[in-house]
Amino acid sequence: MTQQRPFFIPFLVPAVLVAVIFAAAMFNVFQYSFLEFVPGSVEVGGFTLDNFARINRPIYYWVLLDTFLLSFATAFFALVLSYPIAFAVVRAERNWVRSVLVVLAITPLFTGEIVRTYSWMLVLGTDGVINTTLKALGLIEGSIPIMYTRPGVVIALVQFAMPVMIILLATAISQVKRDCEKAAANLGATPNTVFWRVTIPLTMPGILSSFVVVFAWTMSAFSTPQLIGGGKVLMISNVVYLQGFSSFNLPFAAVLSLIALGAALGSLGLMKLATARFERKLATV
Amino acid sequence: MRSVLFWSAVVLILVYMTLPAVVVVATSVNPTELMAFPPTGFSLRWYEKALTYPDFQEAFKSSLVVMALSSTLATLLGSSFAFLIFHYKFRGRGLLEAALWSPLIIPHFTTGFGFLLLGSHLSLTQGYAVIVMAHLLLVTPFVTRAVFVSLSNVDTNYARAAANLGATPSEVLFKITIPLVLPGMIGGWLIAAILSLTEFTASLYVTASRTQTLPVAMYNYIREYADPTISAISALLILSTTIIMIVANHFLGLRRILGIDNG
Repeated sequence: MTQQRPFFIPFLVPAVLVAVIFAAAMFNVFQYSFLEFVPGSVEVGGFTLDNFARINRPIYYWVLLDTFLLSFATAFFALVLSYPIAFAVVRAERNWVRSVLVVLAITPLFTGEIVRTYSWMLVLGTDGVINTTLKALGLIEGSIPIMYTRPGVVIALVQFAMPVMIILLATAISQVKRDCEKAAANLGATPNTVFWRVTIPLTMPGILSSFVVVFAWTMSAFSTPQLIGGGKVLMISNVVYLQGFSSFNLPFAAVLSLIALGAALGSLGLMKLATARFERKLATV
Repeated sequence: MRSVLFWSAVVLILVYMTLPAVVVVATSVNPTELMAFPPTGFSLRWYEKALTYPDFQEAFKSSLVVMALSSTLATLLGSSFAFLIFHYKFRGRGLLEAALWSPLIIPHFTTGFGFLLLGSHLSLTQGYAVIVMAHLLLVTPFVTRAVFVSLSNVDTNYARAAANLGATPSEVLFKITIPLVLPGMIGGWLIAAILSLTEFTASLYVTASRTQTLPVAMYNYIREYADPTISAISALLILSTTIIMIVANHFLGLRRILGIDNG
């Protein structure tokens, strides 16, 4: 241990060790995607590219498209609903209001996906809160189907994504210089104009990055499509699980996992490019 | 911001966000087997059933073991790693950072699947080792971030002054740096513990029936039964996390930890 770098080695070794174990786990997924599937067995055969060829079927295209569209819709609605909350969390005048808002907005993040998904089953189900309320009000006769539909899955996924989105948007909003807004107001802009022409453009990098982060995270959602979709709405995670645990086709599950990973990394790469452009533009403001 | 329209929208959106939790708590005290909202009476029978159901008892023990080990190891690993990347530049640092941040981006089912395959190669599918390892990787980034933020906010002159006055590096670390970043370490440990306790997707892949964690046991129950037992457990989890969040907000300042304070 040199005097300039105390604790370098003892702090480095565990980090490297854990990183190597993780790399080994990921390498296993990569390796399995090239191994031959032996039907009826979890054992695998030799090297093959057949698993990748299997992707080339309409059903998998539909699953990928569905995953993409559901994630896009989720990110869009989450953005629209999260922005006002994030704005209120940062700008509310009273301290206790900000504290209440932040606790209410962030707590759902920590109750876990099973609890949240189950809660939505109670709200959206055939005899759930929405249906019984609408029936009691005499607005509908029979139950309207919300469970096992795409809108139902999106309703739950949006609430799921909002805490993360609120944190990211609130960070962006708290960095907006109030002077810019005040200057616009002094020059005669109405509060509405200030919001749409100053605040929104200044938080655009945050809007874009939170959109993509939520989009990427939703693409790997599992329990919500699994339980609320109930096999009628399939996202890529559900097919991975089916392939791995019902068909025991581990190699094909590995291929689909890699595709999901690639999609997540790809969208984050796009985000980097997009936000970099916006930040360059804003730097000149 | 005094606009009535704006605040009505905020309240409506918060109702949407909290409605499911309210419904769960309400149905958990309903005496009948069928779900009813608002509840038609008050009974604690589902709490009794939840707390005495053997699967949940076993699963809760597994969850506590995994949570204690993975969050504590994550605090040690995340803190030392934050210290490392805050203070030192070294060859391969970018690669190491990419490896330890990537569990945030990689889908949990890919991570779980990878550890399932790794565990079966090493014949470790029946024990806790693989579960703890998977959770450790998933929660460490949150500790690293919390401690890194704390380190950035600490005045490095304290450490330098102590060193100038003759303190050894160990004394500086344990008597100056660690006490100063302790709130970040505690906050990170808390987040890691909660995330481990509630982690489901990766756990579904790496747990065996003997080692299943609470969320996995809950998932298996939901698929077979429709009574409010799960409501009771969910209500307990929701109430305890809400209390933890309120306490954490009071002592550690959630907005400061999350970096969203109004400057």
